[in-house]
Amino acid sequence: MPVTFEVNGKSVSVEVEPRLTLADCLRHHLRLTGTHVGCEHGICGSCTVLVDGAAVRSCLILAVQAEGAKVVTVEGLSRDEGLTPLQASFRKHHALQCGFCTPGMITTAHALLSEEPDCDADRVREVLSGNLCRCTGYIPIIEAVLDARAAYKRGGTGA
Amino acid sequence: MRTVNAFVGQPIERLEDFRFVRGRGQYVDDLARNDMLHAAILRSSVAHGRIRSIDVSPARKIAGVHAVITAADLGTPVPLVPMRLQPMPEFEAFGQPVMARDKVRYVGEALAMVLADSAAIAEDALSAIDVDIEPLPAVSNWQASAANETLLFENKGSNVTMVFRAVRGDAAASFKDAPYTRRERFNTQRHTALPMEPRGLLAEWDAARGRMTVSGAAKVLFANRRILAKQLGLAEDAIDMIEYDVGGSFGARGEFYPEDFLIPFAARHVGRPVKWTEDRREHLMTMNHAREAACDVEIACTRDGVILGLRGHAFVDMGAYMRTNGAVGARNIAQFMSGAYRVPNIDLDVTLLLSNKTPVGTYRGPGRFETDFFRERLFDMVARDLGIDRVAFRRRNLVAADEMPYAVAAIAPFPSKDELDSGDYQATLDRCLAEFGWAEKTKLQGRCIDGSYHGLAACCFIEGGAAGPKESARLVLETDGTLTVYMGSSGVGQGLETAFAQIAADAMDMPMDRINNVFHGSTTYVSDGYGSYHSRSIVMGGSAVLDAATKLKAAMCAEAARRLNCGAAEVLLADGRATAPDGKSVAWAELAPQPLSIEGAFSNHKHTWAYGAHAAHVAVDAKTGAVELIDYVAVENCGRMINPLTLKGQLVGAVVQGLGGAFLEHLAYDENGQLLTGSLADYLIPTASDFPQIRGYVMESHPSPINPLGAKGAGEGGIIPVGGVIANAIADALSSFGVEPRDLPLSPSRIWQLIQDARQ
Repeated sequence: MPVTFEVNGKSVSVEVEPRLTLADCLRHHLRLTGTHVGCEHGICGSCTVLVDGAAVRSCLILAVQAEGAKVVTVEGLSRDEGLTPLQASFRKHHALQCGFCTPGMITTAHALLSEEPDCDADRVREVLSGNLCRCTGYIPIIEAVLDARAAYKRGGTGA
Repeated sequence: MRTVNAFVGQPIERLEDFRFVRGRGQYVDDLARNDMLHAAILRSSVAHGRIRSIDVSPARKIAGVHAVITAADLGTPVPLVPMRLQPMPEFEAFGQPVMARDKVRYVGEALAMVLADSAAIAEDALSAIDVDIEPLPAVSNWQASAANETLLFENKGSNVTMVFRAVRGDAAASFKDAPYTRRERFNTQRHTALPMEPRGLLAEWDAARGRMTVSGAAKVLFANRRILAKQLGLAEDAIDMIEYDVGGSFGARGEFYPEDFLIPFAARHVGRPVKWTEDRREHLMTMNHAREAACDVEIACTRDGVILGLRGHAFVDMGAYMRTNGAVGARNIAQFMSGAYRVPNIDLDVTLLLSNKTPVGTYRGPGRFETDFFRERLFDMVARDLGIDRVAFRRRNLVAADEMPYAVAAIAPFPSKDELDSGDYQATLDRCLAEFGWAEKTKLQGRCIDGSYHGLAACCFIEGGAAGPKESARLVLETDGTLTVYMGSSGVGQGLETAFAQIAADAMDMPMDRINNVFHGSTTYVSDGYGSYHSRSIVMGGSAVLDAATKLKAAMCAEAARRLNCGAAEVLLADGRATAPDGKSVAWAELAPQPLSIEGAFSNHKHTWAYGAHAAHVAVDAKTGAVELIDYVAVENCGRMINPLTLKGQLVGAVVQGLGGAFLEHLAYDENGQLLTGSLADYLIPTASDFPQIRGYVMESHPSPINPLGAKGAGEGGIIPVGGVIANAIADALSSFGVEPRDLPLSPSRIWQLIQDARQ
């Protein structure tokens, strides 16, 4: 069936099976492979994207449910050249190793900092506890997100 | 005045991060081909049974299904997954067929494979396959395996695949008349590496040229190519193994699995590209498991705490087959029971036993996590018995710097001698205790504050690295004077591109930004490569870069000498120019009218030994058994640091993985051999809120004498002592109850039960 929604600011129309997840639609139909699929049952958070501003597991919603929504993926939170303050902070703090969970961490952190630029470490840990990372032990990820708050506090988008 | 480069040793931010943080990494499941088919694999739901029939005809009729493959299509005999490490003839009979033909031996074993237009259609078709399996009793633990009443391989007459024996000195003599002995039994539980990226492969067969390309290969691409070439009847150079970004390995990803044959076979079978990506349930039931071991160990000491000997017997549950590196963990338990300590007399048997569970392989710190738990637990019990401070007991027995190289136990029957190369183990313990604030915190030991009992522990560890025999590197001076680096080492997420760029830039004395790229892993880059395992990439690959750089500079000097009319030895290579004694110079770019390509290598049969110490402070709620980790300090010395930023990152990350093994992770099976933890809701790994207080400190001194960098492999050390440290801290906290944990993981229910048992 047809579905039309906005991805990273552009309207897209796709013909999909009703059972297709938004994650698979983004990755395999729209070729936005920055969104990663790590478990397909909503635990690992690698597939997190923004749907109308909220951090959502794209493996747990169907593409057809995105009808009319504004979807933003990690590609949409990136610049053509250089890094955003949040991305630069991840790099500075060595908040990634294999990089597989990173897009989900970035999207989740962006949603948090956009809403709560003054959040404290406990709040960051609480929100990111839904995103699994097997490489870093999370300590540098928390540091990176806390360090990126300044870019969001000034009313900026951080992106 | 120019200065010599010193990128090595600097905390340089990673080059690979630019693509990862922007979603531009390219992992195997990101690949697509126009005419690609998708594979899905039917897996046994029975742990042990005889296959009566597999009827795939209903699946073949489904629209969009192109082929269904069973073992009958694979020829006779069905290819076996061979041993890559410790390839002893005794193991051959226990190899895993790439698809089950007559018997299934674990839940998850491949029975059939569907190739279809989409992954969804392929998965639909799996449910149309009719499988009839006559169930047999399942061997679900090592004790049942040892009884040999039910055999996985009837013709072998036993479930034992091997007994390793570690011997040093004369253990029997050391125990005779020993002033003090203690014997204990410990268990570590089955768990797994769980990289965040599931496994996947894309195989493409070029029938006209007779060439196979396998994308998504990882870790040991050249070794896997040798295996696949033999199985497919192809020349090795008719196969290209291509490495993309790899979402973690930790030892498990990249070994040769049944699918590493099945997917290329399928591509040749149908003459179209075939892609396969496992789901997480498949991952948990098919990727190598690890760590399931029982140990019965006895120690002999003097009354003042000098260790005289260790002896005992460990039993390792291998799962259903001997896979590529399945014997490594068991061997390491045998060889490294002594750890960082001077143990003059050792006699330890380790028996490898089959069971109807997923086969095992290496997981970061294989065998070492287990044996450190056994040993360090035992040491705390001994120190308490003898009335000796636990830290003092360790200090008394640590191998001293002036005893290096220090021979560890020899192993039979697979001969492997080893010796600790260098280091000051007391110094890392000092640093750990100082950072931790041990002296101040000791007053908390065993105290109950607000209902929680506080405990501390500190342990020392060693980490082996730098497995031989060799590694290759190729440097190319490009026509614009920049450098491209090609490596036989494999990237699995650890940041090799940055580290090798640092090493190459220093070796060539050039800016890092004049290095275009560091290519690694794929079989197309160098003549031979050995990959990434046993914390070998920096030592072996980095040393190969040094060799290639020496040769490249010699070639550049020779060419410059020819142009500048001077001797090659007189040419100075600096600042992108080659300069003669008379001041005339030529730009590097001019030395390479064609790209100048030089291959280097490093061969080595000795191992490096990084080392360090960990300390933990826990608070245990005696009412619930819940443990709060209040502080954790990890210190590791790796001889010479290449990049302290990534080194510390791996240290802290490994500690948290170890905390998963200490507290959370357990691949539980029932008595029928059914895996009970087949999702990430059941198999728990640490999350961001579990262990917020981890402090890592990396050091360098006592460079390794066995490689020109002086570096020691250091990616695994952080995980090795964690189980022992945590269990000892909990025992310390609950000392007033007399609780002595002997089994992992230390879940709240297990700790609560230990407290109840102690109260009775």
